Amino acid sequence: MPDASDGNGVRYVAKNMRLDLRLIAEMIPAKTKVLDIGCGDGTLIDHLFRTRGCDARGIEIDMAEVTHAVAHGLPVMQGDADSDLAQYPDGAFDFVVLSRTLQAVERPREVLRQMLRIGRHAVVSFPNFGFWQVRWQLLWSGRMPMTSVWARPWHETPNIHPCTIRDFFVLCHEEGYVVEKWLAVDEAGQRAPWRRFIGLANLFGEQALFQLRKA
Amino acid sequence: MNHSALSVVDHQRALFADGMMLECGVALPRMEIAYRTYGTLNADRANAILICHALTGDQYVAERHPVTGRGGWWDMVVGPGLPIDTNRYFVICSNVLGGCMGSTGPRSPRDADGVQPWGTDFPPITIRDMVRAQKRLIERLGIDRLFAVVGGSMGGMQVLDWASAYPESVFAAVPIATAPYHSAQNIAFNEVGRQAIFADQDYKAGRYWEDDSIPARGLAVARMVAHITYLSEEALTRKFGRRQRSTDAAAGISSPFSDMFEVESYLRYQGSSFVNRFDANSYLTITRACDYFDLAAEHGDNLSAAFAGSPTRFCLISFSSDWLYPTAESRVVARALNAAAANVSFVEIASDKGHDAFLLDEPDFHRTLAGFLAGCAEHAGLA
Repeated sequence: MPDASDGNGVRYVAKNMRLDLRLIAEMIPAKTKVLDIGCGDGTLIDHLFRTRGCDARGIEIDMAEVTHAVAHGLPVMQGDADSDLAQYPDGAFDFVVLSRTLQAVERPREVLRQMLRIGRHAVVSFPNFGFWQVRWQLLWSGRMPMTSVWARPWHETPNIHPCTIRDFFVLCHEEGYVVEKWLAVDEAGQRAPWRRFIGLANLFGEQALFQLRKA
Repeated sequence: MNHSALSVVDHQRALFADGMMLECGVALPRMEIAYRTYGTLNADRANAILICHALTGDQYVAERHPVTGRGGWWDMVVGPGLPIDTNRYFVICSNVLGGCMGSTGPRSPRDADGVQPWGTDFPPITIRDMVRAQKRLIERLGIDRLFAVVGGSMGGMQVLDWASAYPESVFAAVPIATAPYHSAQNIAFNEVGRQAIFADQDYKAGRYWEDDSIPARGLAVARMVAHITYLSEEALTRKFGRRQRSTDAAAGISSPFSDMFEVESYLRYQGSSFVNRFDANSYLTITRACDYFDLAAEHGDNLSAAFAGSPTRFCLISFSSDWLYPTAESRVVARALNAAAANVSFVEIASDKGHDAFLLDEPDFHRTLAGFLAGCAEHAGLA
C-alpha cells in the first residue's frame, strides 16, 4: 500500500486542522473508502474528499456537530462507536479512523475488533497516559493528573479508558493485530525522534497514532 | 354545506390513457396525475427534485392553494434562495394516486366519459403504486434520473420506496420524519380516524357523493385525532396550556356540551377547515396505503436488502419531539443503510414541535437540508 506521506512530494497539510487529524490524513491514500468514527464537524472527511478524492464518511455522537457537518454537505450520521459499528458489512471500508475517541468508548477492545472487521486498516489516535507530565503529576501530587489533554477532573471526564502507548502495544499483541505504522508526538506537534523506542515514546509522546491491520 | 371546490378547480394534469396495473392486481383503465413544477429543467435534465407530499398535503408546495387560498405547504422550504432553491433546481410535486386534488382517486370518474365516481370501489392503493405513478410522470416530463427525492411523513415513505425501487433514478434521497413501516400505534390512530368517518351517518356507506353531502363530522374528528399526533405535549402546552376560551369560564365549570378550553376550539377549527378540501374516501384510501407500508416485509424482513448496492446518497432527518415517527424508526433505516454500505447522513433536529416540525420554521432543519443538497450537487457535478 502506498504511503501518502512519502514519495511524490505533493504533501498537503491543512493549516487549521488538529495535529492528529493532519497526521492521520497523511496516512490515508487517495481514492480510498474511509469511515471516520467520532468525526466531529467532519474536518477530516472534508479534507480527505477535497484533497484525496476519498469516499469519506463520518459517525459522530454529538448531534450539534452532526448537524453542522451535514449542513456543510458532508455525509455524517449520528451514532455511537459502541453500538453503531456492528451493522456495517465486513470489509466495507479501506480505512476506519478513530481519533481521540478510543479512551472514551465503553468497550475499546470490541470497538477495535469492529473497526478491523469493517475496514482493512484501522487508524487510531489517543492521548498517551504514559506521558511524563501525567506520571509526574500523579507521583508528585498523589492526585489524578490534569493536563491540557486530560483537562477535566476524574469525576467528569468522558475518558473512562485511558491507556499508555505500551498498553496499546500489548492489546494489539493480544488481539493479533499488526502495527503497520506508529508514531508519538509531543506537545509542540513534532513527530518525536524517539519513535523507534517504545519506552521513550511512552514517556515523551503526548499523543499516539497507530495504523493497524489484522494479521 | 359547500364542498364543490374539490371538483371545480382545474388542476394541471398528465393523462396516462393506458392506465396502470396496481399492486393489488386491479388495473386502473386510465390514470391522471395532477402536478406542479417550479424552476427550470436544465439542458442535461439533471437538476430535477421530486417532492413527495404527506397524507393530507398536495402538489401546491410553494404557491397559493387554489382551494384554500392559503400559501403553499412548504413555502418556507421551496422557492428562490430557499433550501430547495428553485433558481437552481427544477422542482416537481404531484398529488398522490388515490388523492383528491386532481390525481386519480375515489373522487375521480370511473371511466373517461362517465360522471360516476369510483367511490368505495376505488381499489386499494399502496405507497409503491404512488411511486410508480410518479415514475410515469417523471418519464413523461423527459427525466430519467432525479437529482433528489425529498419528502416528510408519508412523503418520506415514498422517498424510501423510490430509493428502493429505482435506485439508479435517485441520486439523493431525503426521507424526513418517517419510518420504514407503519407501527401498531400509527395504524391504531389511523383506525380511529377511519371509524369516525364510518360512524358519520352522512358517510352513507361511502356513497355520500350521490346526494352532494359529505361526512363532515366524521372527517373532522379524523382530522382532529390525527392533528394531535402531529403535535407534541410541549407544543400543545406552549400554545394553549389550560387556557379557557370564554370569559365567564372563570366563574365556574362551564357546560360539558360546549367547548371550553382553547385547545378544543383549535382542534375544531383544524377539523372543520379540513373537510372542505379533502375527500373522505380519499382519506380512507391513503391512510390504508400508509398502514400497508412495510419496506422490509417486501425483502424477506431484511430492510437492508431493500437498499442493497444502492448508489443513492441518503439524508435521514428526524425531530426529537416527534412521537408519531420517532427518531428510533429513522435510526432503523440508518442502520439498514449502513448494512447495505450506502452513503448515509442522519440527523435528529432538536425541536419541541412534534411531527409537524418538518412543515414549520426550524432553521437547523432548513440548514441541514440545504447543506446536504448543496453537497450532493457538488458530487453530482451540478453547476
